[in-house]
Amino acid sequence: MFADEAHWLRSRQRPVNAAAAGALLVWSYASSRLNPGTTVSLDYSPAIAANRFGLGAKPGDLAAIGTDARDWLDAQLHGPAPAVAGVGLRDSAAILREAGEVRRQLQAQRRAASAGGAVPASASNGVPATASSPGEVLALVMRLPQLYRPIYIGEVQARLRNAVATDRPWVERLVYFWSNHFAVSIDKLAVLGIAGTLEREAIRPHLLGNFRDLLLAVEQHPAMLLYLDNQRSVGPNSKLAQRAARRDRTLGLNENLAREILELHTLGVDAGYTQADVTSFAKVLTGWSLGGGEAAGGMQSGTNGEFLFRPLLHEPGTQSVFHRSYGQSDQAQGRAALADLARSSATARHIATKLARHFIADDPPPAAVARIAAAFERSDGDLPQVYRALLSSGEAWQAPLAKYKTPQDYLLSIYRGLQLPVADAPRSIAGFDLLGQRQFAPGSPAGWPDRSDDWDGASALMKRIEFADTVAQRLGGTRAVADLGPQLLGANYSDATRASLAHAASDAQALTLLLTAPEFLRR
Amino acid sequence: MNRDHPTALNRRTLLQLGLATGAAALTTRVSFAAPAASDARLVFIIMRGALDGLSAVPPYADPDYARLRGELAIGAPGGSDGALALDGYFGLNPGLAFLQQAYVERELVVLPAVASAYRERSHFDGQDVLESGMTQPHASQTGWLNRALVNLPATARVGRQGGVALAQNVPLVLRGPAEVASWSPSVLPDLDDDTMRRISERYASDPLLSRRLAEALSTGSEVAQAAAPAMASDAAAGASMSTVAPLSPVVRSTAGRYTETVRTAAGFLRRDDGPTIAVFDTTGWDMHFNEGGAQGQLRTRLSVLDESLRTLKQTLADVWPRTVVLLATEFGRTAAANGTRGTDHGTASAAFLLGGAVAGGRVLADWPGLSARSLYQQRDLKPTLDLRSVMKSVLHDHLQVASRALETEVFPDSRAAPYIAGLLRGNTA
Repeated sequence: MFADEAHWLRSRQRPVNAAAAGALLVWSYASSRLNPGTTVSLDYSPAIAANRFGLGAKPGDLAAIGTDARDWLDAQLHGPAPAVAGVGLRDSAAILREAGEVRRQLQAQRRAASAGGAVPASASNGVPATASSPGEVLALVMRLPQLYRPIYIGEVQARLRNAVATDRPWVERLVYFWSNHFAVSIDKLAVLGIAGTLEREAIRPHLLGNFRDLLLAVEQHPAMLLYLDNQRSVGPNSKLAQRAARRDRTLGLNENLAREILELHTLGVDAGYTQADVTSFAKVLTGWSLGGGEAAGGMQSGTNGEFLFRPLLHEPGTQSVFHRSYGQSDQAQGRAALADLARSSATARHIATKLARHFIADDPPPAAVARIAAAFERSDGDLPQVYRALLSSGEAWQAPLAKYKTPQDYLLSIYRGLQLPVADAPRSIAGFDLLGQRQFAPGSPAGWPDRSDDWDGASALMKRIEFADTVAQRLGGTRAVADLGPQLLGANYSDATRASLAHAASDAQALTLLLTAPEFLRR
Repeated sequence: MNRDHPTALNRRTLLQLGLATGAAALTTRVSFAAPAASDARLVFIIMRGALDGLSAVPPYADPDYARLRGELAIGAPGGSDGALALDGYFGLNPGLAFLQQAYVERELVVLPAVASAYRERSHFDGQDVLESGMTQPHASQTGWLNRALVNLPATARVGRQGGVALAQNVPLVLRGPAEVASWSPSVLPDLDDDTMRRISERYASDPLLSRRLAEALSTGSEVAQAAAPAMASDAAAGASMSTVAPLSPVVRSTAGRYTETVRTAAGFLRRDDGPTIAVFDTTGWDMHFNEGGAQGQLRTRLSVLDESLRTLKQTLADVWPRTVVLLATEFGRTAAANGTRGTDHGTASAAFLLGGAVAGGRVLADWPGLSARSLYQQRDLKPTLDLRSVMKSVLHDHLQVASRALETEVFPDSRAAPYIAGLLRGNTA
C-alpha cells in the first residue's frame, strides 16, 4: 500500500462510528493484498497539488504549499465555498423576471400586429411572430439574446477573475467539476442568461456539503428545469391534462429531465434502470416548475423565476422508480425519490468514477474508484469525506502528468500563471471560444468529455500553440520567463524545457515555449 | 434485450427497387464496375441528438401516422404544408428541398427505419455505438471509419491523410491507428517558422504531441488555403438561405458554420492528394419541446442542413459524381408526440445516402408500420435495417474495403447485418 495513506486519512477524519473505522481498516488490508510486498513512498508534490487538483499554479503558490501538499488541499475544504463576486451579477429570479417582461412586450406587439391584419410568420427559434417585415421580426426575436448576452459575458468574466485570483483553487476546480456534472448549455436560448446562476446559486452553496442537498438544489433550479423542459411536463392524469382534454387538447409528459437525472446526475447509464423507470420518474417530477408564465398552461402564479411546485400539473398516484415505491403526494414524492437516488450505491460508484477520471487518469484505477465510492456510501454522501478519500488515494499522486488539459484548464492555467487581467470588454473571454470550450456550452446535458482523446486533436493543439504565442507576443519581455518555469511547474519542469527556454531567441519566444511545453499542456 | 435485425428486405420493396427477385441479391458480391477506388470520396455527417426520422421522412400514408403525431404530423404532398413528394407513401420534410431534388435526380436513397445495434436510449452511449461500429457502448476506442482507412486497398491511399475531421478534435468514428487530420477555422495569427521549429524539436520526445503536431502541420496552411477561396462569410451564407426567413441569430450562425465547414471539406476532398473520407457533426436534433411539424424548429434546422448539402454538391463539382454522403443519427424518437409538442428518445430513425455515386431515387424500407403492435416496446418505430448494413455496403462497394476486413476488423459481430447490393451506381450498371 501507499506508505502513509491510511494514516493521513485517519488524522483528518473522525470515524462516524466503529463500523466506519472498520471499513477503513478493510481497505488498508485490501490494498496491501493487491500490492503484496510493495510500499510505495509517494511525493505529495506541490506541483501536482497546484496543477492537477488546482487550476494551475500562480507565482508563489508552490512555495506556499509546504511539504505535504495534502494538508494544503485539505485546508481548502473547510468553510463554505467562496461566493463569486462581480459587479452587476444578478440572481436567476431577477433575470427571469426581466425576461418575462420582455416576453410580455413581444406578445403584446404580436397581438397588436395581428389585429392590424399582418400575415403571421414563423420565426425560427420557435417564437411565433407577426410583424410587417422580416427585419421587424428579427428585431423582436433578438430582444431576449440582447438581454441575456451581456449577463452571460458578465458571469463568465466574474468566474474567470475568480479563478485567476483564488487561494482555494481546489475548491474552484470542484466547482467546475460539478458544474460540468450538472451541465446546462447556452445553445438553448432559455439558458443563456442564467447558466452562471445555476453554478452560483445551486452548486457553490452545496459542493462542500451533502450530495443529496446539492442534487435537490440543482434539480429545482430554474436553469436546469428550463434546460431539460420540465416546466412543461404534465401528468397525463393531472387536473390540467383533464381540463385540456375537455377542450380537445393533449398535454402530457416530457421525459427529458427524468432521464438525464438517472443517466447523468445520479445512477449512471449502466445501473440497470429501465424505460419504465424513466417514465415513472418523469411522472414523479411533474409539477416541478417555476413561477411566472413559463409553465404548461401559461398560468401566471408563484414568484416569477423561482422554483414552484404546481399541483395542477402533477400526476396523481404511487410511482415505482428503480425498485422503490413512492406514494407521497405533491413534491414530497420527488424529494423522496431524489433522496433515494442520491444514496444509491450506483450513484456512489458513478460519482466516484467521474471524480477519479477527473483527478487521476482517463481510465481510473478500480481500487481508487472503489475507495472513493466506499467513502461516499459510508458518509451518506458527505462530499468533503469523498474528496478526502480522493486525496488519500496514492494513485492520484503518481504519474504527475496523466491528464491532458482541457482548453478550459489550459486557459485558466495561463491566466493564473501569468496573472493576466480580465478586461470588461467581451473579447476578454474570447479565448474559451478560440480554443474550443465556450463557457457553459458543452452542447449536451452530458457536459464536456473528460478524456485526452476528446481534446488532443491536431487542430486543437495548433490553436493552443497559436494562442500561447499571441499571449507571449503581447507580453513581450515583461515577465521573467526563466523564473516562471520552476514557479509554475515545480517538480514537473523538465530539463528539456529548461534547455529550450535557455536557448530561446527572445523573451517572447521563451514564453511561447514555456506555455506550449508538454508539461504545461498536461496536469 | 430484444434485437431486431433484418434478415431480408421484403419482396414488395425489392420489386420496387428493381433490384432482384429474391434474397440472393442481398448476399455479398464483388463489384468490378465500381469507379477507380482512388477517386472515391466518402462524407459522413453525424446528426447528434437523435433525429426525429418520422418528421424528416414522414410516412404520411401510414394509417397510424397522423393519429400518433397529432400537430407534429406532416400531411401528403400537395396540401398546404404537405411533405415533399417521394414515392407516394413516404415524403420528405418541407425543409429538405435539395434532398428532394437529389431524389428526383436519382442521387438520394432514403432509409426511413434504420438503427445501429444499440437499443437503449442514452444519446451518449448511442453515439458511441454509432461511431465505434460495435454492438455495445464503450466496446472500442477506435471508430469504424478509421478501421476502414487502415484497410483501404493500396491504390486508394491517395494522400498523406486518409481522413479529415472538420473539427478541432477527432470524433470517435475517425479515431484509431490510421493518421487522420482535423481542421477548424482559426482567427489567430500564424507563428514564425523559427518558433514552430523549436516547439517541434521539444515535442520530438513526446509521442502524442509530436504526432499531433505533424498532423497539424501536414494538414497545414497549404490545404487550408486550397479551401479558403471557396469559403463564404457568414453573411453570404445567410443571404443564400432560401428557407423560412428571417432566421434567428442562433440559426444564422449555424448556417454560416455549416457552410464554411462544407466548403472546407469540399476543398480538402477535391484535391488529388486529399483525403478519402471527411467527417463532420451537426447538432441540435434533440427536440423534446415544441419540435414543430411542417413548420417550426425541426424544419428550420433541416433546411439549414439541406442548404449546406446543396453547397457541398456545388463545391465538390467534378468530384461529386464520385462522392457518397452518409447522414445518420444515434437513434430516433418516440412514434407519438410527447406531452410538450416534442418527442422523447426512441429507437429507429431515418438515414440518407446522397451523392453522385449513389444509385438513388428510391426509398429503401421494409416498413414496419406504426400500429400499436408494430412499435418497438409499444413506443418507438421498429428498426428493420441495420445501419451497419449500409455502412458495410458503402465501404465495400465504394471504397473497395475487402469483406474479410469488414467482417473482422471494421464491424466485428456484424453477421446479422448483411450487405445490400446495388446502393451505388457502379454496381447497378
